[in-house]
Amino acid sequence: MAEEIKLMKGNEAIAHAAIRYGCDGYFGYPITPQSEVLETLEELMPWETTGMVVLQAESEVAAINMVYGGAATGKAVMTSSSSPGVSLKQEGISYIAAAELPALIINVMRGGPGLGTIQPSQADYFQATKGGGHGDYHLIVLAPATVQEMADFVGLGFDLSFKYRTPAMILADGIVGQMMEKVVLPEPRPRRTKEEIEIQCPWAATGRHGRKERNVVTSLELEPDKMEVNNIRLQETYKHISDNEVRFKEYYTEDAEYIIVAFGSVARICLKAIEDARSNGLKIGLIRPITLWPFPYKEINRLSKTAKGILTVELNAGQMIEDVKLAVECKIPVYHFGRMGGIVPNPGEVLTAFNKFFPEATNNANL
Amino acid sequence: MNREDIIKNGTIVYNRPRLLNERNTHYCPGCSHGVVHRILAELIEEMGIEDKTIGIAPVGCAVFAYNYIDVDWIEAAHGRAPAVATAVSRLNPDNVVFTYQGDGDLAAIGTAETIHAANRGENIVIIFINNAIYGMTGGQMAPTTLLGQKTATTPYGRKADINGYPIKMSDLLAQLDGTCFVTRQAVHTPAAVRKAKKAIRQAFENAIAKRGTSVVEIVSTCNSGWKLSPAKSNEWMASNMFEKYPLGDLKNI
Amino acid sequence: MAKIKGTVIIDEQRCKGCELCVVACPTDVLQLQNKEVNDRGYHFAYTAQPDNCIGCASCAMVCPDACFTVYKITTTDNI
Repeated sequence: MAEEIKLMKGNEAIAHAAIRYGCDGYFGYPITPQSEVLETLEELMPWETTGMVVLQAESEVAAINMVYGGAATGKAVMTSSSSPGVSLKQEGISYIAAAELPALIINVMRGGPGLGTIQPSQADYFQATKGGGHGDYHLIVLAPATVQEMADFVGLGFDLSFKYRTPAMILADGIVGQMMEKVVLPEPRPRRTKEEIEIQCPWAATGRHGRKERNVVTSLELEPDKMEVNNIRLQETYKHISDNEVRFKEYYTEDAEYIIVAFGSVARICLKAIEDARSNGLKIGLIRPITLWPFPYKEINRLSKTAKGILTVELNAGQMIEDVKLAVECKIPVYHFGRMGGIVPNPGEVLTAFNKFFPEATNNANL
Repeated sequence: MNREDIIKNGTIVYNRPRLLNERNTHYCPGCSHGVVHRILAELIEEMGIEDKTIGIAPVGCAVFAYNYIDVDWIEAAHGRAPAVATAVSRLNPDNVVFTYQGDGDLAAIGTAETIHAANRGENIVIIFINNAIYGMTGGQMAPTTLLGQKTATTPYGRKADINGYPIKMSDLLAQLDGTCFVTRQAVHTPAAVRKAKKAIRQAFENAIAKRGTSVVEIVSTCNSGWKLSPAKSNEWMASNMFEKYPLGDLKNI
Repeated sequence: MAKIKGTVIIDEQRCKGCELCVVACPTDVLQLQNKEVNDRGYHFAYTAQPDNCIGCASCAMVCPDACFTVYKITTTDNI
């Protein structure tokens, strides 16, 4: 069968992909610029086809705790929101991580801090990759750059989150949520049966059903010795994820003298800038981290051995640059160019910034 | 006839419920939580629903409820039990889902979750322990603390102009179209315990029959928080709490 | 004439000595130990006047720690 190409927004693609993945439940609360996820699901009425539950909650706090509840019963459940709403969800995300539950959380970022703006941003990088809520934990963070990746990362996010029993986040910027693009939706697959869930998630609180031991899903442990063991187990999981799940894409890095690091839709703008620069003889390459956590430290370190300098381009005041600097280990200069408040730079601005930081590169090129 | 004869030839009128496991509870002597736990264990056993019951434990003294009753449990964040229960119930409609919440959990930090779960008519049972104080954290004012009542954070008594008024959550919940059964009970006398058990049984039957949300408030004591003996606490509850929180059904349809 | 007789077995180690059973008992069967304590240091309940017991289970109803097993028999015996 020929692939069916559709045209839709990134937010809509997430809704379609969730149903096709066999997601059991979505719990959300409207907030711009991601409300289309909930709207699309309500319009598609998956409860009539796959049996997926869709519920508009009374708040982001309630929505993430519904996700916690659903996940505790072994179901594939998700929520979506945008920056201020994701701040509200941090309590629940910490509990989900601590209770070692799989879940998918989507943040279609808008500008902050505070109520900020409804325009695109990447200013929740720290929040997503460094923990966000209280305690020592990490999320698997996927950064889509296309509507296709919005659709694909739903399945990838769920699969990784079930594999490691840890929540995953799709950290999208408002551009990729709102932008319409062609997309090939994943093949539909059935929701897991009760029996499959009991085999895959023997820890789930599903009612004892003759089980000898009851299942208790909790993040509480008042005995320090046991609590430390719980923490060590989490850290071992994170180590395992860091060793195995780093994802990234490289463009024009083979002969690159300079590297731009950018994620999400900004990487696409940078790619255009790089192609323009290359037509003028300026050898710039791009690395686009797809997993923001785990971060591609090794790969950037490798590039820093041959490159003369690195520029990070972000829709924030400089967040990912801290990880890039850690990767580079002070071997070459690393600079940041960012716009905030919902402003998105064009390729020309990226090159102007590049020229400012690396004037020697421009002087050497045949401009 | 001596004791041995009665044991040998008589019938057992009461026995510790099987689902209440062997662990000693962490509750203070005389705490109402123990009685309500016991009733729940008895009922789940008598109704034959232990294989499909999922309890949602709160934050507060009952945070460890999951240690004592041998069914599956999920420990929720403070106040979020009704949201957790919503998803558990909707995604697992064959299960019987109940929350167990104190007054701080249900009537302060989780007011929104409680009201909206009840307003959606989730097919869950909400057990609401109202002892007018925060027990676990050391006896601070609760939303249901009576005017004039002394607590760690109202050492001179709760004053309306500073702390507002005690909130009657069951009255609020009874107003919602999603609730089918809202009742206020106590467990301070043998007769009250029998009535409370009957009410909780009805609540579970409602959940199984998908009639909507059932709320069973248990006006309770916290003798440590109140700084009274267990017996004196029961007396204080009867002469002070019941005036503000009168016992009986607020809604039963 | 038929008479109802009862008795209770108290899980002394589980008892926290809260005294609620003593108050609830309609026939003054129960008392707390005055000096003796259980392994956890509580003055546990005991049947001070066992012959009074009518097996009504009031003690069991109010016991927060489910310490009671209650037996009952209807008898015509002289006591």
